[in-house]
Amino acid sequence: MFRRIEEDRRKPVEIIVEGQSITAREGDSVAAALLASGLEVRRATAVSGEPRLPYCMMGVCFDCLVTIDGMGNRQGCLVPVRDGMRIEIQKGKREIGR
Amino acid sequence: MTIPSPKREEYDVAVIGAGPAGLAGAALTGKAGLATLLLDENIGPGGQVWRAITTTPVRDKGILGEDYWSGMHLVDEARGCGAEIVQGATVWSLDRNLEIGISVGGAAHLIKAKRVILATGALERPFPIPGWTLPGVMTVGAAQTILKSSGLLPQGRTVIAGQGPLLWLLAAQILRMGGTIDLVLDTTDRRNYLRALPHAAAFLASPYFFKGLAMMREVRARARVVSGVTKIEAAGSGRVETVSYEAGGRNESLPADLFLLHQGVVPNVNLAMAAGVQHTWNDRQLCWSPALDAHGESSVKGVYVAGDGAGIGGALVAVPRGQVAARAVIDTLKPDAGAGLPDHDSLKAALARAERGRAFLDTLFRPPRQFRIPEGETIVCRCEEVTASDIRQSVAIGATGPNQLKAYRRTGMGPCQGRLCGLTVTELMAEARGKSPSEIGYYRLRAPVKPITVSELASLPKNESATKAVERG
Ligand code: FES
Repeated sequence: MFRRIEEDRRKPVEIIVEGQSITAREGDSVAAALLASGLEVRRATAVSGEPRLPYCMMGVCFDCLVTIDGMGNRQGCLVPVRDGMRIEIQKGKREIGR
Repeated sequence: MTIPSPKREEYDVAVIGAGPAGLAGAALTGKAGLATLLLDENIGPGGQVWRAITTTPVRDKGILGEDYWSGMHLVDEARGCGAEIVQGATVWSLDRNLEIGISVGGAAHLIKAKRVILATGALERPFPIPGWTLPGVMTVGAAQTILKSSGLLPQGRTVIAGQGPLLWLLAAQILRMGGTIDLVLDTTDRRNYLRALPHAAAFLASPYFFKGLAMMREVRARARVVSGVTKIEAAGSGRVETVSYEAGGRNESLPADLFLLHQGVVPNVNLAMAAGVQHTWNDRQLCWSPALDAHGESSVKGVYVAGDGAGIGGALVAVPRGQVAARAVIDTLKPDAGAGLPDHDSLKAALARAERGRAFLDTLFRPPRQFRIPEGETIVCRCEEVTASDIRQSVAIGATGPNQLKAYRRTGMGPCQGRLCGLTVTELMAEARGKSPSEIGYYRLRAPVKPITVSELASLPKNESATKAVERG
C-alpha cells in the first residue's frame, strides 16, 4: 500500500512486530511503521472480528489500536516508535489484564 | 528518553493544540510574558496542516509547497517566546474551573490555568459509503499525514474519491513525488457551481482561487479524473479490492489496493463539548460550531476556542483567530503587556480578510446528501459496527436522538467516542424523524474524552479532602 521515499535520511529504529524485527525511522508513528513494513498488520475488531487497518492517522478513528510493550488499546498513530519497542496486533476481544 | 511533562501546576494560559491557531496564540501570550503552556497530542508541532514540519523527510520544498513551509516561522516564534511546549500530551478532561487533565507518556497530571484557548482543530467529515471500513480504505488526510511525517508514498493501484481543496493538494503532492494515481473520482455536486456563484466575487479576490485552479490543472494533466460522481462503493474480501462508482448514469468499477476518501473537514468538538461549551448547528458547513463572542470566548467563562474548532476556515483564518483569543487573554490578565503587540481591531481586520472566499468554498463543496446520510447495510458507527438500517429501525421503534440511540445500539460508545459517527447519526436521525439537526442534537460528551488507564487515574496526586471524601468512619 505504501513505500518509503528514497531520500528519507532519518535514523533507523528497530522495533519488534509479532516477534519479527523490522526497521522503522525516527519520527515514524507506530501505525506508519506498521503500514510501511508490508507485514500483515490488520487488527481484528472486538465486535465482529472484521479486519481493519488505520483509517485517519490523526487520533480520531481508533482503528490503529495496537498492543505496545504489553499495554493494549494504544493508538498506534499517536505513539512514536522507539528502539526495541514490542508491538502485537490485536485480535478480536481484549484479553483480560491487557 | 525522558518524556517532558508540565513543570508547574498552574499557568496563566493553557493552549490546547499546536496547529496554526495554537502556535499563533501561544506565541502571543508567551511574548506578553504570560505563563503559557502549549499542549499537543502529536509527536511534533504543526497540527495537521503543518504536520511534522520540524522532522519531515520530504526535504524538497517544492513538493509540500510554500503553504506548508510557511508554518515554520510560527513554530520558531512559539518556541522562542518563553511558552512551555509539551508534545505527546493527550488532554482527556477540561472542566468549568479550568482544571485540565492530561496524560503524557503514561502518566496523568492535573493542571490549572486562568484562561484556556482550545485550538483542537478539525477532523475529516465522515464518508460513510459501503465498504469504508475495509483495510486499504483511508482518508486523504491520513495519506497526507504519513506522506509528510514518514515520507510514505501510495503504492499499487490508488483511487481517490471526494471533493475539496485537500483532495487536490494531496493528489498533486503524490504526483510531484513520483507516485501514481489511477483515478480521481470528483463527487462535487454539479448544481453547487450555480449555488456558489453569488459568493464568487469574494472568492476570486482570495488567495485560494489561483492556487486552487493551478493545483486542479496540475492533477488533471497527469491523472484520470471523473467528475459528477453520484455513487461510490468499496468492496473486497478482507481488504479493498474493487472500487465501483456511478457518474452521469453510468456504472463502472476498477481494481484498487488503496482507496482514499475525503469530503471536507469539520470542527473537532469533543473536548469543547465535554467542557460544557455551547454549540449550535451550522447549516452552511453542516456541522456543530461553538457559540463565541467577538474575542473567541465561549459560553464557559475563560475558555476560548480558536482555529478550525471554532468553525472551518483553514490555516490562514486559524492564525488570526488564535491571535484574537490570545490578545483578549492578555487584555484581561495583564493589560500593560499588550503594548507593542497587535491590537484587537487590527487582528480582527486581518481575520476578516482571511475569511474572504469561505462562503464560496462552503457552498461549492457542500457534500451531497447521499454521501452524508447512508442507506441499508452501510456502517455508520465504525467502532460498534452499527449500520444505517440498524439506526433507522431503532428510530422506528422509538429512539428519539443520539443519546437514546446509545441505549438501543451503543453508537458512539466505542473507543472513538462518536468522533466518526456523530455527525452521521445526527443527520440520519433528523431525516428519519423529519426534524432539523438542531432539534435532534448531538451526543452528550463527557470526560475522559480520550481513554486513559485506571492506573493513570489512580496515580493522580490526591489532596486531603479528596482522600477524606472516600474514607469510612
Ligand atoms: S488511525 Fe485513526 S486513531 Fe489512529
